Amino acid sequence: MKVYAKIAAIGAMVLGLAACSSGPKEILIGGVGPVTGAAATFGVSTKNAYEMAIAEWNAKGGVLGKQIKLDFADDKGDPTEGATVYTKLIQQDKVVAIVGTVMSKVSLAGAPICQAAGIPMISPTSTNPKVTQVGDYIFRACFIDPFQGTVGAQFSYNTLNAKKAGVLFDNGNDYDKGLAEYFQAEYTKLGGTVVDYEGYSTGATDFKAQLTKIVAQKPDVLYSPNYYQDDALIAKQARELGFKGPIVGGDGWDSPDLVKIGGSAVENCYFTNHYSKDDTRPIVQDFVKKYQAKYGEVPDALAALGYDAMNIMLDAIKRAGKTDGASIRDALKATDLAVVSGQVKFDANRDPIKSAVVIAIQNGQQVYKTTVNP
Amino acid sequence: MGSIFNIQQVINGLQLGSIYALIALGYTMVYGIVRLINFAHGDFYMLGAYAAYAAFYVFNSFLGKGSPLAFLALVVAMLAGGAIASLTNLLAYKPLRYKPKLSSLVTAIGVSMFLEYFFSAFPFIGPSPRGFPEILPKVIFRGFGAEISNYVIIDLVVAAILMSGLTFLIQKTSLGRAMRAVSQDKDAAKLMGIDVERIITWTFAIGGAFAGAAGLLAGLTYPRIDPYMGIIPGLKAFIAAVLGGIGNVPGAMLGAYILGLAETFANAYNSMVGDGIAFALLIIVLLVRPTGILGEKIADKI
Amino acid sequence: MKYPKFLVAAAVFYAAIMLLSLVGVLNGYFMIIINRSLIFVILAVSLNLINGITGQFSLGHMGFAAIGAYVSGTITTLIFKLPLPHALGLAEMGAETVFILAIVAGGAAAAFIGFLIGFPSLRLKGDYLAIVTLGFGEIIRTIVNNIDYIGGPRGLLGIPMFSNFTVIFAFAFLTVVIIRNTIESSHGRAMLAIRENELAADLSGVDTTRYKVTGFAMGAFFAGIAGGLLAHLISLAHPTQFGFLQSAMILILVYAGGMGSLTGSVIAAFLLTFLTEVLRLVIDWLNGTVGIPIGTEWTMVVYALILILVMLFKPEGLMGGREAKILILPRKTK
Repeated sequence: MKVYAKIAAIGAMVLGLAACSSGPKEILIGGVGPVTGAAATFGVSTKNAYEMAIAEWNAKGGVLGKQIKLDFADDKGDPTEGATVYTKLIQQDKVVAIVGTVMSKVSLAGAPICQAAGIPMISPTSTNPKVTQVGDYIFRACFIDPFQGTVGAQFSYNTLNAKKAGVLFDNGNDYDKGLAEYFQAEYTKLGGTVVDYEGYSTGATDFKAQLTKIVAQKPDVLYSPNYYQDDALIAKQARELGFKGPIVGGDGWDSPDLVKIGGSAVENCYFTNHYSKDDTRPIVQDFVKKYQAKYGEVPDALAALGYDAMNIMLDAIKRAGKTDGASIRDALKATDLAVVSGQVKFDANRDPIKSAVVIAIQNGQQVYKTTVNP
Repeated sequence: MGSIFNIQQVINGLQLGSIYALIALGYTMVYGIVRLINFAHGDFYMLGAYAAYAAFYVFNSFLGKGSPLAFLALVVAMLAGGAIASLTNLLAYKPLRYKPKLSSLVTAIGVSMFLEYFFSAFPFIGPSPRGFPEILPKVIFRGFGAEISNYVIIDLVVAAILMSGLTFLIQKTSLGRAMRAVSQDKDAAKLMGIDVERIITWTFAIGGAFAGAAGLLAGLTYPRIDPYMGIIPGLKAFIAAVLGGIGNVPGAMLGAYILGLAETFANAYNSMVGDGIAFALLIIVLLVRPTGILGEKIADKI
Repeated sequence: MKYPKFLVAAAVFYAAIMLLSLVGVLNGYFMIIINRSLIFVILAVSLNLINGITGQFSLGHMGFAAIGAYVSGTITTLIFKLPLPHALGLAEMGAETVFILAIVAGGAAAAFIGFLIGFPSLRLKGDYLAIVTLGFGEIIRTIVNNIDYIGGPRGLLGIPMFSNFTVIFAFAFLTVVIIRNTIESSHGRAMLAIRENELAADLSGVDTTRYKVTGFAMGAFFAGIAGGLLAHLISLAHPTQFGFLQSAMILILVYAGGMGSLTGSVIAAFLLTFLTEVLRLVIDWLNGTVGIPIGTEWTMVVYALILILVMLFKPEGLMGGREAKILILPRKTK
């Protein structure tokens, strides 16, 4: 019986600890993101942004006359962990809503749990179209893959006047693959030729085998829809192998570290994004300034979307006037809010309708190029 | 096929192989002497990269950019890798030396997790990737239908020098002789008056130093470092070491270059399944030569 | 009633958890941790059969779990989400029956691959075998990643959430009993003989080929079952869940529990799963209530340290090679 005695002992310990939850004077909001493991860099920006948004609301008196408390849980970028922490937040901690999480595969494990419990959830950055299809309690703050891939293709073909494209993406990551696929489809439809379509495995740092092959096909543009830490290396290695044309990417490029890693190699590069830091709207300027003051770095796309997602959720709770799941869900559906990434409304699939901007990198700075409406 | 098997791809493969080789050497030396798969070895490489980053940062701020003293960063990276490796040996492996072999395997995984998560959680380091400083302006030579940067040459030359140095150390010095003796028969070596534990510590230190050097080269070549950067190269180097015949030093070098080339060609042939092809090749090689390419068959004692 | 004590203990455990869950003491959060622990029990016990009992060295155990997850997940998704199986009356067999059959089919598919992987073990030993199994795991992942039909890097999504405590517990119980009985049988003795000294076993007339391949196939079968249960617990299967790092975690369970000890594997599976959650709560508590500014990112640092310390103080693993008394088969008296 030793086994069971031990289990019982641990169970009792967990129960004891779990008894310490928040007081009734607060509204408890669940936050999820990966802060350990290989995706930790994304989770940390997201968590910072959640905290910042909540601090701002609390400074203004909270919501519904109560202070807001963030109950953050680490999903480690793993679906099983995700299912565990979503269940914990809902069943153990009794949060009223969940903002999270970053990766689609983890959001997809959390979404059915939220849907079944009737707890509204908004994912800041999960781009897989299937996430919000789980049910009517699930929302997102970002574009879905088809939109960005299509915009990237149109920009490359029409604006950059590139007739031949090479594509290189992380074949183990759904975001990267989604963008690459929709880019290829749209680019071909427009009349362009994808001369080489290559993948790499997650975590790779050497892309030269693929790039050598791509560069040999002499493309006019290279589409690299990955996260900045890979894109910066891809740009460097492509330049080293003699590629001088423009490189185009998605919102995964938006990070101050892109230029720090890529240096001069990321000049003549463009990416689609949710907003531009040059945008003169006060909400954007405010966000960039405050984030920089608080965390010592320029916010990346994940921070912006994390901030937006939290603001959208809190705004919905405010408009709902109540904290039950159905009221918040209905308020979320009726969202019409100016956030950092634009004016957000949700379509029938609970995906935001908003425009994309194209950013160019010039002299190490992000420069606004153009706006594309859906 | 022109862009698959051309000279550029050969150079790409050799460059990748050089970095694998430096990591694989440590794996194989440690294995040869204590029969332990040191899962934390990839993290020594990560540590070396961070140490080199810190060193460059200090050199750049105090001595100005492009100072010739910057090569000292190599020394710093090797010292850091060597120090953490011998420390890990003393704290986590030595107490388990004469215990079941696999208990140290678990501590090895534990040390690996500890180093990664600690670096990721530590406020001054954090999980975000950092750009590695460029110490030399990149110069690209064109010829023979290939583009070769001075960084490629640095990788190949530094790896070659370090490997020659190691071969000399193992073959010609008394420390090397003692290392070979311990790896052949620990008890006999002890009877010959060799301080076995001291030799083991030295082996860890040298293996760690090589991993540290590889970390620096990787930082220069792929200028992005993060706390989890050691996992995949560590795994690949382990594979290279086994491919060459684990415990066999020239085998590790050969295995690393073969793996570097195989991966490059496989990715050039079909990048969607490149890793799969590389692994399939590996399995075939091992089925043909069950003890690795240069490994010796050890007869079962009856 | 051949093994009453073990049966009774299992029945008490099951009844207690069910009761506590029904009265609401154990909420969904506890149940998911218990379910995960039980899935880890299956994985650890089955890897123990390959590594601990037969003395082979597999580093690709999650590869087998991947096969089970994808095969069973595809079957249930097809049957319950497409019109044709409904027309054929397959869906009307009852969700439970279809689910159990799908899980077993997943196990069988994994066993077949395990059988194939068993063959290299005839030529390769120790670390060379480890690398082949590791390579195999990575090949499985590459293949899954490239089949768009089962989701590729997006994962196999929308798998019906059929796994519950009863089903998972039943499978975990059966796994432990079947593997325990195998070990205690003459087949198990032959496997142990291979672990102790393969050459000697061969010379004593043990068909080493057969037992090594059987060990792999059996271990793979149960790993496949575990993978299927996991996929139906969290509603998806994703290639990144079945990588080398996850296989290494199962290896930890086996060696931290004690090589060759099923009791050890069971205890380690529960302890280490609960440890992560306890650390999560402790760190939240330190941070929130006590006010020590320590973030969730430190959880895994502490976890790793505890793991190292446990091994330093208990080098043979928690149980050594021993079994709990209730798991030992009563000796037959002649």
